[in-house]
Amino acid sequence: MDLPTLWFAAIAVLWIGYFVLEGFDFGVGILLPFLGKTNTDRRVMINAIGPVWDGNEVWVLTAGGAMFAAFPAWYASLFSGFYLPLFLVLLALIVRGVAFEYRGKVDSVQWRARWDQAIFWGSAIPALLWGVAFANIVRGVPMDADHIVTANLLDLLNPYALLGGLTTLSLFTLHGAMFLSLKTGGEVRLQARRAVPMIALVAVPAAAGFLLWTQVSYGTTWTLPLVAIAALTLVAAVALALRGREGWSFTATATTIAVATVVLFGSLFPNVLPSTTNPAYSLTVENAASADYTLSVMTWVAVIFLPVVLGYQSWSYWVFRKRITREHIEPTLVPAGRPGDA
Amino acid sequence: MDALDLARWQFGITTVYHFLFVPLTIGLSVIVASLQTAWYRTGKHEYLQATKFFGKLFLINFAMGVVTGIVQEFQFGMNWSEYSRFVGDVFGAPLAMEALLAFFLESTFIGLWIFGWDKLPRKIHLATIWAAAIGTNLSAYFILAANAWMRHPVGYQVNPETGRAELTDIWAVLANDQAWSTYLHTVAGSFIAAGLFVVAVSAFKLMRARFHGDTGTPGQAPHPSEHGLFRKTLRAGLAVTALAGILVAFSGHHQAQLMAQDEPMKLASAEALWEDEDGAGFSIFAVGDVVDGRNHINIQIPHLLSILATNSLDGNVQGINDVQERYEAQFGPGSYVPNVPVIYWSFRLMMGFGLAGVAVGFIGLWLTRRGRLPKHRWMYWAAILGLPAALAANICGWILTEMGRQPWTVVGELLTAASVSPGVSLTEVALSLALFTLVYGVLAVIEAGLLWRYVKAGPTHVVPPQDDDSDEDRDAPVPAFVY
Repeated sequence: MDLPTLWFAAIAVLWIGYFVLEGFDFGVGILLPFLGKTNTDRRVMINAIGPVWDGNEVWVLTAGGAMFAAFPAWYASLFSGFYLPLFLVLLALIVRGVAFEYRGKVDSVQWRARWDQAIFWGSAIPALLWGVAFANIVRGVPMDADHIVTANLLDLLNPYALLGGLTTLSLFTLHGAMFLSLKTGGEVRLQARRAVPMIALVAVPAAAGFLLWTQVSYGTTWTLPLVAIAALTLVAAVALALRGREGWSFTATATTIAVATVVLFGSLFPNVLPSTTNPAYSLTVENAASADYTLSVMTWVAVIFLPVVLGYQSWSYWVFRKRITREHIEPTLVPAGRPGDA
Repeated sequence: MDALDLARWQFGITTVYHFLFVPLTIGLSVIVASLQTAWYRTGKHEYLQATKFFGKLFLINFAMGVVTGIVQEFQFGMNWSEYSRFVGDVFGAPLAMEALLAFFLESTFIGLWIFGWDKLPRKIHLATIWAAAIGTNLSAYFILAANAWMRHPVGYQVNPETGRAELTDIWAVLANDQAWSTYLHTVAGSFIAAGLFVVAVSAFKLMRARFHGDTGTPGQAPHPSEHGLFRKTLRAGLAVTALAGILVAFSGHHQAQLMAQDEPMKLASAEALWEDEDGAGFSIFAVGDVVDGRNHINIQIPHLLSILATNSLDGNVQGINDVQERYEAQFGPGSYVPNVPVIYWSFRLMMGFGLAGVAVGFIGLWLTRRGRLPKHRWMYWAAILGLPAALAANICGWILTEMGRQPWTVVGELLTAASVSPGVSLTEVALSLALFTLVYGVLAVIEAGLLWRYVKAGPTHVVPPQDDDSDEDRDAPVPAFVY
């Protein structure tokens, strides 16, 4: 495997890490208003992802940084070409991150309700838009000979991309429900398990349809079995959840998300951003890559440090392995507010 | 106004805003880790209180630094695609390393620290805050190495076929003299800001205790048990500020010398020095004419600029008009002069505010010697105002650095006008600029309100005071911060 291909694979791995990990914390954020009927239950949900969401989010920063270093032309064309969707993702991630930290810091119903809104929209918007973006990457965008994307917003909102968005939105929500039934106890766990079939009613057909469409229009020989695996693990995830096998069902949705991401990257290869204006204008693994020296430096850095990162992130999941229940939620210590705040 | 101007405004606004939180994160992470180390070593309850109290303020600030940092990582590609295309080989590498080596460390261990109080052995828990602090300070090095490369590009060559810069020596990029010099200067400036943050909070609480009668607002004075705590943190904050002040002065001197070598135009603009001069004076106050390229009024300290820039009384310092001529000969026609008034005044404001902040550190240490406390109310206010001064100095430093580099993004290689994304329209940038500004403004108000609320509430609110001095509950579990 030459270095640009290796880095194409490495970037796929980083996005897999991001979608599998932040996928469930997006899902928890989306489910917050639906499963958390009381403040205590909402706090159970938020504290279940509390120690890990920030670390999960770094996967996208690393993916972005790796694209910048390994495929500057891809990073440049993609990020400027998808300007408004990425801007919305950024705004969403900003208010969401602040919301987790600030929500519990003032004892006021109105204060919490506003941050709950921020957590919901801050999770739902990126969960939807990442799917829209990746579908458009696979499908290709209008792009000229200088690799400048000339798409407008409506070009990006085509049926295939919208189905992609619905897929990530519903799949991450399902993944979040699996996570909550695995990591919480009591009412939230029950509610999460009850929500699984309802979410699956959207997620299974959306994901199956999207992956099939991807395979038929853009897929290659080796992505076909992967589409089957993604579909099977998704169905298995729902079946396992209904039987109360919470660990296995979470593993299964994680596998679906990982394999579906491989299908997208596999369908894209050897392009990194196809041009629908003229296939000759497409950005490819070869013409978008950095020189070999940069790639070999980055390979050494990744080989040495990625295992270290995986090590301490796994340890952090181990430390917080216990289920969170209402009993774990202590009354928060917040300074007395102004009169009328509560 | 075209898309380029708005993209520059957006980069300026989002970066300046991001850098209001970053210096505090860099310094406070280490200060909070040190307080926790003091608790771990001595077992004294007040160190636990101080750790949790300043830890809470640190986290309120940290969240803002993290989320505004995501924008920084993405907007090179979004708004500066031609820059990204040109430099990605070189500039992307330290950015990717920053994410992999520093961001993961910082964010994973901050989660362990926040939620791990009652789950981890005390020694391990102490290690988590140090790991997060190391991650934060490491991240500063990588991003400053990337920034240093824009001002003093090294370890690369431009491939004539592709017209892109290609990395030839990663060690040259990481060991760039501009990188470590800027790192020392920025981190020192950050510790001044963080030290003065601790000073401002402590001085406020002690002032409320001392002049309790005339505030009329109960609950803002420290609990009697906290008085000793704030005396200690006041001294600690002052000491951090003073030590960092020494470092900021030496590294600043080194920065000026590098500026003279690598960016003569920036130094000339910062001094409103129009012609090359041997034994140049340091300008205190100037009124100039940018079009004519001369000063009407210029009050100087003789020879000081030459000493600062070249370590010699009669060293040669280049002037704006002469550098312009040389650049035209080298790079072709065009103006290579940045916005001189902005550069000149940001340099003076940086030094003025910075020196004022450092002065608070030194004078404060003297006034609080051997357990004394200042008697006059205005002295407490002066200490509190040190914080906004230090933040303003940090911001002015970045305005000098970034605007002084204009019209270049990469000095001698790429112009800012050629760096902007050609495919992003004026409307798109206007929309994002407006919404970023709005959201950032709202969040700033919320953040300041929260900090105020928690400063008022004080440490006893976070950790109840201990009834006696016994160490009975030394091994009792400490409740975690939770959401």
